Amino acid sequence: MSVTKGVLLIGGPSKGTRMRPLTLDCPKPLLPIAGKPMIWHPLSAFAKVPGLTEVIIIGFYEDSVMSGFIKEVKREFPNIGISYLREYKALGTAGGLYHFRDSILRPPVPQNIFICNIDICSAFPFQELLQLHSSHRGVGTIMGVNVKKETAQKYGCIVTEPESSLMVHYVEKPDSWISNTVNGGVYLFDKSLFDEIRKAMDEKTARAAEDPLVKPDEILRLEQDVIAPLAAAKKMYVYECKDFWRQIKTAASAVTANSLYLARIQKTNPDFLAKSSPNVISPVYIDSSATIDPTAKIGPNVAIGPGVTVGAGVRVKDAIILEGTNLEQHSCVLNSIVGANCNVGAWARVDGKPEPETDVKGQISVTILATEVSLAPETLVRSCIVLPNKSLNRNSANEVLL
Amino acid sequence: MKINTTIRLRPLTLSWPKPLVEFCNKAMILHQIEALVKAGVKDIVLAVNYRPEVMVSVLKKTEEEFGINIHFSVETEPLGTAGPLALARDILGKDDTPFFVLNSDVTCVYPFEAFRDFHAAHGAEGSIMVTKVAEPSAYGVVVTKPGSTVIDRFVEKPVEFVGNRINAGIYIFNPSVLNRIKLEPTSIEKDTFPAIAADQQLHSFDLPGFWMDVGQPKDYLSGTCLYLSHLTSTHSPLLTDPKTNKWVYGGNVLVDPSAEIDPTAVIGPNVVIGPDAKIGPGVRLQRCVILSNAVVRDHAWIANSIIGWNSNVGRWTRVENITVLGDDVTIKDELYVNGASVLPHKSISTSITEPRIVMCKCNFSI
Repeated sequence: MSVTKGVLLIGGPSKGTRMRPLTLDCPKPLLPIAGKPMIWHPLSAFAKVPGLTEVIIIGFYEDSVMSGFIKEVKREFPNIGISYLREYKALGTAGGLYHFRDSILRPPVPQNIFICNIDICSAFPFQELLQLHSSHRGVGTIMGVNVKKETAQKYGCIVTEPESSLMVHYVEKPDSWISNTVNGGVYLFDKSLFDEIRKAMDEKTARAAEDPLVKPDEILRLEQDVIAPLAAAKKMYVYECKDFWRQIKTAASAVTANSLYLARIQKTNPDFLAKSSPNVISPVYIDSSATIDPTAKIGPNVAIGPGVTVGAGVRVKDAIILEGTNLEQHSCVLNSIVGANCNVGAWARVDGKPEPETDVKGQISVTILATEVSLAPETLVRSCIVLPNKSLNRNSANEVLL
Repeated sequence: MKINTTIRLRPLTLSWPKPLVEFCNKAMILHQIEALVKAGVKDIVLAVNYRPEVMVSVLKKTEEEFGINIHFSVETEPLGTAGPLALARDILGKDDTPFFVLNSDVTCVYPFEAFRDFHAAHGAEGSIMVTKVAEPSAYGVVVTKPGSTVIDRFVEKPVEFVGNRINAGIYIFNPSVLNRIKLEPTSIEKDTFPAIAADQQLHSFDLPGFWMDVGQPKDYLSGTCLYLSHLTSTHSPLLTDPKTNKWVYGGNVLVDPSAEIDPTAVIGPNVVIGPDAKIGPGVRLQRCVILSNAVVRDHAWIANSIIGWNSNVGRWTRVENITVLGDDVTIKDELYVNGASVLPHKSISTSITEPRIVMCKCNFSI
């Protein structure tokens, strides 16, 4: 069996700004979704791929931010190598990969390399992707996903030749609609990818030399600078993923991702979740160190983190409750993310609207309480974003509370 | 007694004539009838523009209970605030004893005996009960002659301060006043009073204690608080005793003995719960009125609202901001209801986040 490696692109602190205020205290890749850090979900899918020897995580975060997580997953997945490579200079996604080519290509030399962005929620059908990739002679295979026509232009749009799965056209965020199949942020490349990146770099330099209007820089993007030319050269193929897929760009989308992952875990690994009962409506994840009063009603689509206390008669639904938070008796949390070490007073209500299909500017859907927010008893917070260390003792709706 | 066409306390009055809507667990009109009976009144005329059968049957019992006669005086055309007195002339003028006139929307301590004695003492044609308000500019202010109870004039919505005593809507007249009123649409405030005052035949009587026109839901709730505070200050045995009922929080709680309250609920201050209502575990109620046979389910939270008869508030539902549920309204679990007026027999299954009237599929904002 040929050797395969996986690369996870996690970006850096300046990237997760749309996830604020959650990412003020917790780096985006480590944000718990369905009881596990966001990055864990693709990583655990990599661990199931036969012949995959190593996962390389590339990002701008300090080593100390990632070291705890790396240690944990090394223990959890002892059969694969897991390492974190820190980028210092913004080189673009392709530039960053090229920068670390020696680390990626070191023995055992991989025949194929998965590249996966972590700001997506997916079933990560890596094996199916590998199967299609092995059946053609192209350089790469991209995971295409189908989205609604109205939203397609927000993504990289793909035109495929249906019989051969050959990618015939690729446009990043086009001005006019070209296709409902979009870039799912997961790729599989032959190791010759690095030759293609080299080629793209040379072409870019040549273009910059000819055209005084092009400012020379070192940024090389995977999508526009590598995949689009590969499509033009008929060297890219498309695996169409029919399973669930969502972007995790905003804090609100974390609630959607949470329920999608929980629904999947319920099918694949039900023992990881809390047992269904009259007061636990599946799927629900409850950390073993959380204290839940038996009269509290929880679920569906709830993840409760370590050390959380849930009081008598509390209701939680469609929500993520982070570490160390206390929900006092009879409080009600719906469509919300409650950050670490928050306190929600008795009969308080934290309530949001489900994430809309397309964001409306200036409208907050899901309520987000950042770290150490304290909500007085009986107060209502509805569709608000509340920044860290804030004490609220009045009702609030549709506002950002600094 | 004059009964207004009742549009203001909707949606409650869609199901039940307003004088029969309970105020602190007793029909509005019974508070007044009981106080009138105490002051020796034997004949009561209800000036109405319709004659609901339900009212006739309820008041039949009242007649028997107190040994009084209740007459319905039905206007066939609107007669204003004074015209109905002319219409009831046969009863009001049958002898020379004075008669009371009161507006059915007003709550206060109804000191009819003291008022009657005051009227007899000055011997003039009429007396008006007045109450002090903080902001008189929105009302008609009653101005008396210096150092006297004789009314000098009335100033409607004064722009500069002339006094803070306003007409409380309760009067007592000698039958001779009937000679001043023709059987045609007439305003007692604008037409009759200035004429009597011009003859120096009208006195003002200071109403002790609270006063509130409870015609609108917001004022109905304020009036409820005032009445409950009055019960507390007079150590009324009607109030629920916080010492023996640990679920009472902050006092001013009036619960009908037939209501079922879960001991884990926290209720008060300023709550009225009607007969056969059921309050579930972990419910939190404050400044609200739960009418008879309504059900408030586990962990619900209600403030500043009126829950109509036979209504049902779901688990973990939050109701606030002058929400009024009509008869037999159901609010599903976990919803948020903010300032809604819900018409009878509706079932609500999505949150109402901004104040509005819920009628049918089409909704009107208010």
